[in-house]
Amino acid sequence: MPAKRTRQRRRVPAALLAPAVVGLAFLILPLAGLLARAPWTELPARLAEPAMLDALRLSLVTATLATALSLLFGVPIAWLLARGDFPGRSLLRALVTVPLVLPPVVGGVALLLVFGRSGLIGSWLHERFDVTIPFSTTAVVLAMTFVSMPFLIVAVEGALRGADVRFEEAAATLGAGRWTVFTRVTLPMIAPGVLAGAVLCWARALGEFGATITFAGNFPGRTQTMPLAVYLALQSDLEAAIVLSLILLAVSVAVLASLRERWTTVA
Amino acid sequence: MRARPALALTAATALTALATLAACGGSGDDGAETATLTVFAAASLTEAFTEIGDRFEAEHDGVTVEFNFAASSDLAAQITEGAPADVFASADQKHMDKVIETGAAADPRPFALNQLVIAVPEGNPDGVTALPDLAGLDFAACAPEVPCGAAAQTAVDASGADLTPVTYEADVKSTLQKLTLGEVDAALVYRTDAIAAQDEVDAVEFPESATAVNTYPIAALADAPEPDLAAAFTAYVLGDDAWTVLETAGFQRP
Repeated sequence: MPAKRTRQRRRVPAALLAPAVVGLAFLILPLAGLLARAPWTELPARLAEPAMLDALRLSLVTATLATALSLLFGVPIAWLLARGDFPGRSLLRALVTVPLVLPPVVGGVALLLVFGRSGLIGSWLHERFDVTIPFSTTAVVLAMTFVSMPFLIVAVEGALRGADVRFEEAAATLGAGRWTVFTRVTLPMIAPGVLAGAVLCWARALGEFGATITFAGNFPGRTQTMPLAVYLALQSDLEAAIVLSLILLAVSVAVLASLRERWTTVA
Repeated sequence: MRARPALALTAATALTALATLAACGGSGDDGAETATLTVFAAASLTEAFTEIGDRFEAEHDGVTVEFNFAASSDLAAQITEGAPADVFASADQKHMDKVIETGAAADPRPFALNQLVIAVPEGNPDGVTALPDLAGLDFAACAPEVPCGAAAQTAVDASGADLTPVTYEADVKSTLQKLTLGEVDAALVYRTDAIAAQDEVDAVEFPESATAVNTYPIAALADAPEPDLAAAFTAYVLGDDAWTVLETAGFQRP
């Protein structure tokens, strides 16, 4: 295996290598800029701040919940888009990607217009059950799910389209029901795509700012996630904002790296 | 052509404007007497400065005034990080001082004062008449990191009432937006913002706001790409013509 890998590495065509290096530099340099400006001496003090820990905990919990919701609803949507046979499917696919192109702040306003206290569904919830969604942790999760679920759907739909339908057909011929085919054949085949989609979704949710601050507002411990804390720190103290961003980055990279480790050892 | 706009101005401004236009004519080719002035102004100045910018443009042929309206803290950070701006109008002295500390500006002049009011939905359905009435209501305020939030905190402290907003918004416009969208019962915003939205909200004045009056300073920036225009615009904002606009918007004179 290692010998084969080195052979492949030597064969990278220059036409691919050159743009790859330029692209990588472009992606990595801003991070280097942050690292160069970071006041490392402040780091321990910042790490001990209860407000920072609250924001970090809230970010991790809400991003994970948003990813779980996205998996629960996004995988079936992706299946409909890839395998469903109904009129208006391409229109539906376009609509699903709306949150990708919508400026997140507008997404936040749109969520308020639906789930807000005087929104389409929110007013009914408010009058009937005395439930108010804005300015709550629920609102944070909803905002994150709204902006990040499309990433999961697009990734899973791609995986479904790439998967060989003949395996599913063979399973069906052998007497497996549709649900069994989905859980025992389709899902294992597209697992890498689902995982990749979930990672994208989680990362996007973790960095979510615009829809969150608009729909959920900013209240420490309840709706103030790390990106909101970073933005407000930026109002008074650039160095503090950089430290907070780096903490968020380090934690997310650590989580993703450890997950990756687990997948590769399982697979 | 060049002299005509200057007629309408005060003598001091006229001289600066002439110098500016002469400089533009000298540097460009024929017909290239256009210049763009970039003004970084606090979000609470949006309506007033847009109007002032239009008037300034009308008096200066070939001059386009472009605005970057945002929280003063954002603007101060952008300027100290080298954003190419000509003029900075801050919503408080603190963020102007930050810019001055780095040498990016000097000689700031106060041109307006602003005070907080309690903005409530039109008709004041909850009967708010004073700050303590906000207890038990859902209200929005700015975060303490931004000028309107610092002012709100000072005013609330002065009232002695135990008040906590449901959200600490990043700027005054989004604070007011939460009220106009019907998500909160009241919002602590500047009088000028309440006046700008007077079709939808009523403003309730309260005495504690006098403890937190924000002074708006303006300064031409040291690295201004258009230094003469920057000086002319600064002088214009301090003048009587601009004052009529600021007064209509709800500002008080320093």
